Amino acid sequence: MKSNIKNIVLKTENLAIGYLQKKSKLMVADAINLSFEKGKFIALLGKNGIGKSTLLRTISKVQTPLTGAVFINNKNLNQYTNKELATNLSLVLTERLPESQLTVFELIALGRQPYTNWVDKISVKDLDKINWAIEKTEIKHLQEKRFYELSDGQLQRVLIARALAQDTEIIILDEPTAHLDMHHTYKIFQLLKKLVRTTSKTIIISTHQINLALEIVDELVIMNGNGVLSGETQKLIDTNKLDDLFPKEILNFNKILRQFTIRKDD
Amino acid sequence: MATQKKYTKQFVLLLLLVIVLWFTNISFGSVSIPFLDIFSIIIGDETVKESWQTIILNFRIPKAITAIMVGSGLSISGLLMQTLFRNPLAGPFVLGISSGASLGVALLILGSSIFGGVFLSISFSNWAIAIAASLGSFLVLSAVIIAANKVRNTMSILIIGLMFGSFTSAIISVLSYFSEAQEIQQYVFWSFGSLGNLSWDELAIFFSVYLFGIAGVFTIIKPLNSLLLGENYAKSLGVNVKQSRIIILVITSLLTGVITAFSGPIAFIGLAVPHLAKLIFTTSNHKILIPATALTGALVLLVCDIIAQVPTSEFTLPINAITSLFGAPVVIWLLIRKKKIYV
Repeated sequence: MKSNIKNIVLKTENLAIGYLQKKSKLMVADAINLSFEKGKFIALLGKNGIGKSTLLRTISKVQTPLTGAVFINNKNLNQYTNKELATNLSLVLTERLPESQLTVFELIALGRQPYTNWVDKISVKDLDKINWAIEKTEIKHLQEKRFYELSDGQLQRVLIARALAQDTEIIILDEPTAHLDMHHTYKIFQLLKKLVRTTSKTIIISTHQINLALEIVDELVIMNGNGVLSGETQKLIDTNKLDDLFPKEILNFNKILRQFTIRKDD
Repeated sequence: MATQKKYTKQFVLLLLLVIVLWFTNISFGSVSIPFLDIFSIIIGDETVKESWQTIILNFRIPKAITAIMVGSGLSISGLLMQTLFRNPLAGPFVLGISSGASLGVALLILGSSIFGGVFLSISFSNWAIAIAASLGSFLVLSAVIIAANKVRNTMSILIIGLMFGSFTSAIISVLSYFSEAQEIQQYVFWSFGSLGNLSWDELAIFFSVYLFGIAGVFTIIKPLNSLLLGENYAKSLGVNVKQSRIIILVITSLLTGVITAFSGPIAFIGLAVPHLAKLIFTTSNHKILIPATALTGALVLLVCDIIAQVPTSEFTLPINAITSLFGAPVVIWLLIRKKKIYV
């Protein structure tokens, strides 16, 4: 009986995403019905401009849905206050941080803001969470440094630590490996995977590292011109759902190799 | 936000310096009064020469208090603007407050000959000028805040503020073109800035508005800190960005508005002092930076005012010239040495 009741942390119902223009709506995608369980590592795949960021922005309440609804822990997203949402969902964004003198420790400590008092006083519990996040992401040796002294790979770990310190069930990362080389990309994927397994958080990323995602994540969300579909990685491969990810004239998905290959003209 | 470092030493040193310079400030002036007599006047000894008592109690002490309020108020406003716009070049006047105040005063002084009638009957007391400046900055500022509510991008507010600035200075140019030399001179004198000439009554009003603004600053430490990560992160940390933005704008305009109304548009302090504080304290945590910036600002303006007195002479130079003349090279030197500036 218990196996049927899934622990759904995030769900969308008939969600349509896009932008409101002066009088018309610019629809990016619609009829999106997704549900994500606790403790899953989910990758959102799709070509540039297909609406991955729009979808992530909509499920994290940065922008509002055109129609339909998003539910986090069975409560409609539009019923959450900013502060309440901040204890349920944390973000790692691609945008550059403004130049400041924040140290790594201070930056991670900012993740505790939803819990601190009006002057941002760090309690013992806050300190525990911060140190736990630092330990989980293995960046103890960096904590005294200023964040601008870090390499892109190190900074990404720090931003993940900040999201961890925020102590939320769901963490959403927008292209966390955008500026990283293969080695560091792999290390970030490994770290996220380890976090999902050891903390049973739900981690949702958007990524262009398709080959890596197929090997590491639990579930995929695929956005292509026809719509948004989701499921376990192997199931989607078996039912040829990855074929439509890119236009077919250049790249084809090879089921045996489990990766995209360049089409060679005969 | 957690800070691991302690800053007690810097704070104690700064506070001592402010106290020492405050006393130094009231010891200097065109009439030389022995320090011991100044001290007895402050503690209420009435046996000292009466003219000296008047000079100290009604001129020098109000001026030194004004210097502290102007220095700390402008510096904090500058810090708020730099954090809000995440732009190290922002200062308290980017919102067009000084241009609004200038417009108000220009209309009062320069407009009197053009419009005649009503204006002619008003003598230009401190009050009239303060009211004109407040009305002017309030008008321009309301326009900027209304515009700020309409635009989503914080950077647009910066540009809107600059545009209002150009607009008002154009009007002032037109007014000057049609004005008498004597009136232009009076307007120019106002624009030099002045810390003196405030009565205790005026000081009381100045102080209440100042205190209100400063108290407000301490309620927004948290959003200020999370804004260091940008607006999207701040929002994801539960901050109501739009509301915080309005609070920051209102506090800045109150502080800068009241300062400009009573002391004229004083340049440089608001832009430069936050950078000095950031260099001395090497932190971005506003819990530390706000008091640090306030103390540094008070210190810098007290020093500038002492220099403006040209000790041992009877001259008084315009404070506005001194702040830039002595301040700018100091900041340039610090930046070249440290090679990096921060929001």
